Amino acid sequence: MLTNIIEQLLNGLRTGSIYALIALGYTMVYGIAKMINFAHGDIIMVGAYALYVAIINMQLPAIPAVLLTCVTCAVLGVVIEKVAYKPLRKAPPLAVLITAIGVSYFLQSASLLIFGATPIPFKSIINVPAVKLGSVTVSGLTIVTLIVTTVCMIALTLFINKTKAGSAMRAVSEDKGAASLMGINVNRTISMTFAIGSFLAAVAGILYICQYQSLRPTLGALPGIKAFVAAVLGGIGSVPGAMIGGILLGIIESISKAYISTELADAIVFGVLVVVLLVKPSGLMGKNSTEKV
Amino acid sequence: MKKKISKGFILEIAFIIASYVLLTILMKSGMLNRQYTALIVPVGVNIMLAVSLNLVTGFLGELSLGHACFMSIGAYTGALISTSMELPSYAEFFLALIAGGVMAAVFGFLIGVPVLRLHGDYLAIVTLAFGEIVKSVLNALPFTNGSKGLSKIPMYSNYQHYTLVFILVILTIVIITNLVKSRHGRAICSLRDNYIASESIGIPVSRFKVLAFVIGAFFAGIAGVVYAHNVGIIKPTTFDYNKSIEILVIVVLGGMGSIKGSIIAAVILTVLPEMLRGADDYRMLLYSIVLIVMMLFNNSEVKERLLEMNLFKRHQKEVD
Repeated sequence: MLTNIIEQLLNGLRTGSIYALIALGYTMVYGIAKMINFAHGDIIMVGAYALYVAIINMQLPAIPAVLLTCVTCAVLGVVIEKVAYKPLRKAPPLAVLITAIGVSYFLQSASLLIFGATPIPFKSIINVPAVKLGSVTVSGLTIVTLIVTTVCMIALTLFINKTKAGSAMRAVSEDKGAASLMGINVNRTISMTFAIGSFLAAVAGILYICQYQSLRPTLGALPGIKAFVAAVLGGIGSVPGAMIGGILLGIIESISKAYISTELADAIVFGVLVVVLLVKPSGLMGKNSTEKV
Repeated sequence: MKKKISKGFILEIAFIIASYVLLTILMKSGMLNRQYTALIVPVGVNIMLAVSLNLVTGFLGELSLGHACFMSIGAYTGALISTSMELPSYAEFFLALIAGGVMAAVFGFLIGVPVLRLHGDYLAIVTLAFGEIVKSVLNALPFTNGSKGLSKIPMYSNYQHYTLVFILVILTIVIITNLVKSRHGRAICSLRDNYIASESIGIPVSRFKVLAFVIGAFFAGIAGVVYAHNVGIIKPTTFDYNKSIEILVIVVLGGMGSIKGSIIAAVILTVLPEMLRGADDYRMLLYSIVLIVMMLFNNSEVKERLLEMNLFKRHQKEVD
């Protein structure tokens, strides 16, 4: 029984840390551009297909293929920002939201045209043997996922808090006008945020595809939404909040799938979000904003 | 009390009659082929959905991503009634409409009350969450038949009954337009324009927020009933968040807080994918490009230039 619980917790931790990586992209973009980037989930999908192309069609070894995937997604993120979001920076938020939805449709239908609707099987590129800790078996995929996500999160936290570019990002998210008066290149900072967010989405996409091993043009939608929920749960705009929200969400999902009901797992996950927001309207780690008259 | 019948009112009535006559001519003369006659009801459903969402998003100013959830509640309630009861068809459909609308309104109330504490993006995500919860509960309940959904729903509102659908659409439009113009409607708009100011002059904020949610949900429920009795089969996955977003796209493209805009956008965006069917595989790609370009154009300098050149003269007057 205890073994089972621990294994479920580990499963949850694995899915949750993938959600957390995606949620980081949502939360960073929200913090800086004040927009919900609905196309973020589809960047995961692009990442998965890019990896497929790099490994199968270009016959690259695993590590260059992963790097190529991450760079492709980062460039794609920046291009999307420049083409679709930048002209709308002064537009009402809903206009940007709809444009983001348009971009999401665009990416999905483009990959549908290129790769077709039938799911493509894909063999995991992570071949690490499972480790037995007492009676608990930890799969190689779980170990790799946890290591990769931890490294990414630590690197991101250090980047945001210790480097000059990171403090520029924090400054822009706090006050765009003041930041540009201080000599910060706001456009470049926003592009950089999109690049980092998409980079993390690509990493998440690779880990996700190694777990599910099948490629579909809509594969990004569900993890995208879950990660978005995770970002809001943790308090959108807050980087540690996204990490905690993602992991929490993954664990809740896996526990309720195992012990309550597979069909109702989604309902439970979203129910938790509703309850948390009702108790704490700005999420777990979100700042309470007071309205001034 | 003497009420003067305004010119605008007569024009509206004339317009409604004219559009009905046009519709009848188109339907009866066979000028529309099968593909387009099948679109009549979906167009009507989308108009109802868009107009009712516009009440919440355009007039109340709260982004709702769970409109399809109300639609699904209406559709399921209506379908359960008309498949299980043995009444004459019109009575059964009428009952289904009312029950579907009321049930959706009840859920609108249930969802509306807790979300009063939230607004903006947080409210949006909670409505999305509620939509997903309803979807997975519909998937799990025994009498909704799980992911297979309900089938063999009598076709009470398919294209042969276009008059009925037309009446329902007009009723929805008239009721919501009048609501918006009324005292309650102005209170709802004031919440959108300045929440704090309207609270300070004594407008009961919570009551009007819930009111807008409930009425929006009611008409979405009715639209769901019409939808269910048009296609005959409903599944939980039909009403996922993509459907909500589809409705939101209509509202935003038509213009927030513009009922006319919602109607026009609903017609265009329902017919457009069909027109693009010739392009086959490229259909969704073209649709997404059109969407992005329209949004970019709407907010671009090019449009401002065109406005300055007086190409949109009437629009210019409104701006001034």
